[in-house]
Amino acid sequence: MTTPLLSVRDLVIEFPTRHGPLTAVDGVSFDLAAGEVLGVVGESGAGKSLTGSAIIGLLDPPGHIASGEIYLKGERIDNLRAEDMRAIRGRRIGMVFQDPLTSLNPLYTIADQLIETIRTHLRLSEREARQRAIGLLDDVGIPAASRRIDDYPHQFSGGMRQRVVIALALAAEPELVIADEPTTALDVSVQAQIIDVLKEQCTQHGASVILITHDMGVIAETADRVAVMYSGRIAEIGPVREIIQNAKHPYTSGLMGSIPTLAQEEDRLVQIPGSMPRLSDIPPGCPFNPRCDKVFDKCRVQRPALIPVENRQVACWLYEEATTNEVAT
Amino acid sequence: MSKTSTPAETPLLQVSNLTRIFDVSKPWLNRVVEREPKQFLRAVDNVSFEIRKGETLALVGESGSGKSTVAKMLVGLLDPSEGTILFDGQPMIMNSSERMMELRKRFQMIFQSPYASLNPRWKVADIIAEPMIVLGVEKDSAKIEARVDDLLGLVGLSAADGSKFPHEFSGGQRQRIAIARALSSSPEFIVCDEPTSALDVSVQAQILNLMRDLQDQLGLTYLFISHDLSVVRHMANRIGVLYLGALVEIADSKELFKAPQHPYTRMLLDAVPDLEMTGRQRKEVEGEIPNPINPPSGCTFHPRCPFANDRCKREVPLWTQTRTGVAACHGVEEGRIPSAEMA
Repeated sequence: MTTPLLSVRDLVIEFPTRHGPLTAVDGVSFDLAAGEVLGVVGESGAGKSLTGSAIIGLLDPPGHIASGEIYLKGERIDNLRAEDMRAIRGRRIGMVFQDPLTSLNPLYTIADQLIETIRTHLRLSEREARQRAIGLLDDVGIPAASRRIDDYPHQFSGGMRQRVVIALALAAEPELVIADEPTTALDVSVQAQIIDVLKEQCTQHGASVILITHDMGVIAETADRVAVMYSGRIAEIGPVREIIQNAKHPYTSGLMGSIPTLAQEEDRLVQIPGSMPRLSDIPPGCPFNPRCDKVFDKCRVQRPALIPVENRQVACWLYEEATTNEVAT
Repeated sequence: MSKTSTPAETPLLQVSNLTRIFDVSKPWLNRVVEREPKQFLRAVDNVSFEIRKGETLALVGESGSGKSTVAKMLVGLLDPSEGTILFDGQPMIMNSSERMMELRKRFQMIFQSPYASLNPRWKVADIIAEPMIVLGVEKDSAKIEARVDDLLGLVGLSAADGSKFPHEFSGGQRQRIAIARALSSSPEFIVCDEPTSALDVSVQAQILNLMRDLQDQLGLTYLFISHDLSVVRHMANRIGVLYLGALVEIADSKELFKAPQHPYTRMLLDAVPDLEMTGRQRKEVEGEIPNPINPPSGCTFHPRCPFANDRCKREVPLWTQTRTGVAACHGVEEGRIPSAEMA
């Protein structure tokens, strides 16, 4: 097969503390094909945003990549010098942040910010860049783009601002867009619009997307594949439809059951007892073992690796038995 | 959850024509220099509803629709500009008269963020005991201590947790502490303002289940405020939909989801992501909530409504009885909106 667009290998992110390093992301590996949309879900503290920040080289110190590699089209990018990374960030990897109000500079007009980004990465004149900026705003559905481009961020509503941020992320035709909770700060009725714009624009520009969110609903209608993260590790990764309809990892099935849905008739939601462990006391073995209802001895001692099950991968000892048995018979 | 009340019984809470106006004018000097008049924002506009004993009424709406303002007025954190609130038949006038202090014991509130609503310098036991002491429910310190231990057990924490500080707990556990505090004066009615929107889904499920168990155990009545329709569907008996400060529809929960009447309700339902992957397409919703300082004329929803006509632009719609409840919509009244039965 051709080289994947993005390849993350055994990524470990640590935070040094007085009591030794805390491992926030522990051995995360995945590939992303060109044009693919990968959803990354998990609860707060699962390490999903850190993974995104590591890929684009924006980890906040003292957090740092302790080991592992990140390749963009086969070329290693996690150990680049700051200047070299800057040439990739924005140009080849775009980013959409959660809160559009803080990710736009309130003191510059939309035109200033878009034109700056475009001219940093592409060799265009001021006029051409402005023309391109208006085109981008038009594409993301901002009415009267040629007039509104000279407005300041505060003159836009939340949904419109997030459209501007998407235009900004796509300004230099990146190959990959990382969207970190792009709709969390928005109302439901606007959320659908933004997801549509993001998906449509990325398809049009041929960009792959890593969509980081805690909202399974958004993943369900947007992503091709989904990675479920728990305590800094991938618990399960595979095609969206299969994981949503038939989760294999006990955490994924608990998570799916705990989401109230419109169609559901039951009175009680499935609940997973307890909460995700703090980084300072992640249990040995499988990090989910104290909350798991299918736990057995091995789970408490040995950490499960991702095991291929059908056409997905699951980090759970339940399935090791299944695969070895199959091999034995 | 069974509805124990009969229609003849007086509702626990009756809200009529509740309105809250905020003065959002610029400072005096700016107004004089720029020759601008005062500006007012009608955050809640003529809202009326009833809550029967033992039921859960949910208020849903997007940000800026006035849900939290309604909640604050019900518990006396804000004074209404107009309108009346009757609690168990008695008018709520938020002062410190003896009669009001008696009423005060009977309602409590749970706030959105358990990080902001618990005093970080107080021990959990003191936080939970505070309403009992302030409202004079219990004076004997041994009894207070025993009741705090009971309450901690009731919400799924241990009695030993009482001597800890809030920062030692996770978000879900803090919300349990907030629930224990709300229960400490043995109220009948609890206003829950987005109690789970700051929590992760698996923890949200725990808290929602706990709230329903407590309702069954203690016969509580809830006003549940949320922007999340799937959570509301899970919790509520009846649902009121707010748009720009006004109630546009009230209906029985199951009916509302099966046959939404008001075009705005339909739009909200269409916007919920499809988790079952039935292939239902989310409908592209037109536009966003307009600026409430300058709301559109007539029906405030008309600029976004696919069924709007001239009358909607001119006249403010009144309540119309529908098959499932009431709605404020000219289209529903005239019967010109095609029915939207959902499978």
